[in-house]
Amino acid sequence: MEAVRRHPWIVAIAGAIVLWLVFLAFPIVPETRQAVVVRFGKPERILNEYKPGRQIGAVGAGISWRIPFVDQIVWIDKRILDVDMQTQNVLSTDKRWLQVDAYARYRIVNPLLMYVRATTEDNLQAQLKTILGSDVRNELGKQPFAALLSPERQGVMDDIRNELNDDASKYGVEIVDVRIKRTDLPDGAPLQSAYESMSTAREQEARSIRAEGMKKAQIVQAQADADAAKIYAESYGKDPQFYDFYRAMQSYKVTFVGGADGKAPAPTAIILSPKDDYLKQFTGEAR
Amino acid sequence: MNIDPGWGSFADSKGPWGTGGSGSGDNEPSEGPWKDGSKGSKGSSPPQQGGLSSFEEFLRRNRARWSPGGQFPGRPDGSFLLWSIVAVLCLWMLFTSTHSIAPEQRGVVTRFGRYVYTLSPGVGMTLPSPIERVKKIDVESIRTSDLGSGSEEDLMLTGDQNLINIAYSVRWNIRDPQLYLFELKDPDGTLNQVAESAMRSVISQVSLSDAMGDKRIEIEDKAAQITQQILDRYHSGIQVQGVAIKQADPPAAVTDAFKDVQAAQQDAQKYVNRANASAFQTIAKAQGEAAAFDKVYAQYKLAPEVTRRRMYYDTMEQVLSKVPKTIVEAPGVVPYLPVTSGEAAPQPQSQQGQGQ
Repeated sequence: MEAVRRHPWIVAIAGAIVLWLVFLAFPIVPETRQAVVVRFGKPERILNEYKPGRQIGAVGAGISWRIPFVDQIVWIDKRILDVDMQTQNVLSTDKRWLQVDAYARYRIVNPLLMYVRATTEDNLQAQLKTILGSDVRNELGKQPFAALLSPERQGVMDDIRNELNDDASKYGVEIVDVRIKRTDLPDGAPLQSAYESMSTAREQEARSIRAEGMKKAQIVQAQADADAAKIYAESYGKDPQFYDFYRAMQSYKVTFVGGADGKAPAPTAIILSPKDDYLKQFTGEAR
Repeated sequence: MNIDPGWGSFADSKGPWGTGGSGSGDNEPSEGPWKDGSKGSKGSSPPQQGGLSSFEEFLRRNRARWSPGGQFPGRPDGSFLLWSIVAVLCLWMLFTSTHSIAPEQRGVVTRFGRYVYTLSPGVGMTLPSPIERVKKIDVESIRTSDLGSGSEEDLMLTGDQNLINIAYSVRWNIRDPQLYLFELKDPDGTLNQVAESAMRSVISQVSLSDAMGDKRIEIEDKAAQITQQILDRYHSGIQVQGVAIKQADPPAAVTDAFKDVQAAQQDAQKYVNRANASAFQTIAKAQGEAAAFDKVYAQYKLAPEVTRRRMYYDTMEQVLSKVPKTIVEAPGVVPYLPVTSGEAAPQPQSQQGQGQ
């Protein structure tokens, strides 16, 4: 006690150092991270290592220990991470370009291996990105253009996943899945020609729709004409001779006087012979 | 997290060390002096130490100010402030160990970083803050992620190799807060990527007209289903409530062509409508004329000769009363006729004679 009172500064600093050592000695491992304890560069232990099927909160995370200064802790993410491939142009087997955007989700399942082979997460990310890019290019290059747009796409993704997983397992990484996010036509000529083919397809559609409409209209009209002919035939057929007379009378009226639409006919002068039927009473002759 | 402030404040402290240490014995069952801490049981925690350190620092500071004699802190006359500090500490423990969880929330409790359990809505008790921490997560409210074309076009390839400009949104909420917190590095970003991938894979299997038209609901359902499947594979703890296509249009570059198709459809309808109208007219006219003929014919039948003559004279009367007439008396003589109105040359009419 006396010593403490005499040298408060020394005691305070000593206490601070002790406290600091305590913090160093008992690191807290959160659920989201795993850690490799490295003693003089040699990996000693793994904290909170990922085990498939293990529930969150089961074991692993929590408070741990190490020997200060001797053991270094390398933190490694335990969660599912993602690596995004840069957009790439891929040439399909039928020599068509396609712009592909893919991503992979992965988890570091063997932090020790990952630490040994890649050291840091950023480094790992960069390497995976390169591998993913080449795998995507290789695998899609084996596919025809149509396959990349069709349901077979899932199979393609599985192939890429397996291939990538083979490479990634060397880094202690498990690929959860690979998905092709977008497959687009590259800008410029392919896109323009797609637009053109869309336009022309629409044009064709529009024309055929119009033609179809005309066809329908003609059929309707023809049917109506046929029906009308039938009606006429039924009615006039009763006495063709009288029809001839009746129709002639109507026709004269329209021709010389004007039709129901009130249009005046062309001017006409008529020369009648006295022998005309119409004038037979005029001349006083009997028939 | 709060280890650091404790540590920092300790470094700043100026009070005597020993007295503070003995003071801590009053309210905390910890090992007290720091020397023991380093070698002490593993159960003793740095955060606890951190809490103590700040407390002690406070204590020491006040001791230096009020009772430089170094009396024992437990004594009531030794320090009134000591008791108030104890009270503050108790309040701190009380406040950091009770948590009110709103009805839409869940509280994910971690003890030194390890997940222990999830608090349901209501008031939950945990160990005080440095030991146990609670992260409140809203699990009920539905979040919406808007994807696809916003300001610029987002083109997708359809199954028939056309392009479609699509905008859609995903509605989701959190199903398992602990999975949401601990399984994915970037759950929100993941959701967006997965949803886009799912939507593109669905769109790539349907034709353009289906995507723009009546199969929208199927597409939405399927995209939601695929998104959910993938997210479940990641153990994301996210529940997809639905995908809604807000817009599915042809790209701007070909809009005119699509509009022309619409116009063509209207044109086609127009043609048919016109034909229908005209057909109706034709038939009505036929029926009318036939009916008129039938009526006249019925009368004609009663008195054929008279009716016929009457009709003939009626017609002739109307015709001849309206037109200039020339009657040529002498048979065989063709007269030179004056051109009556200078317009049309009169025509010889011979068919008159055909009427009997």
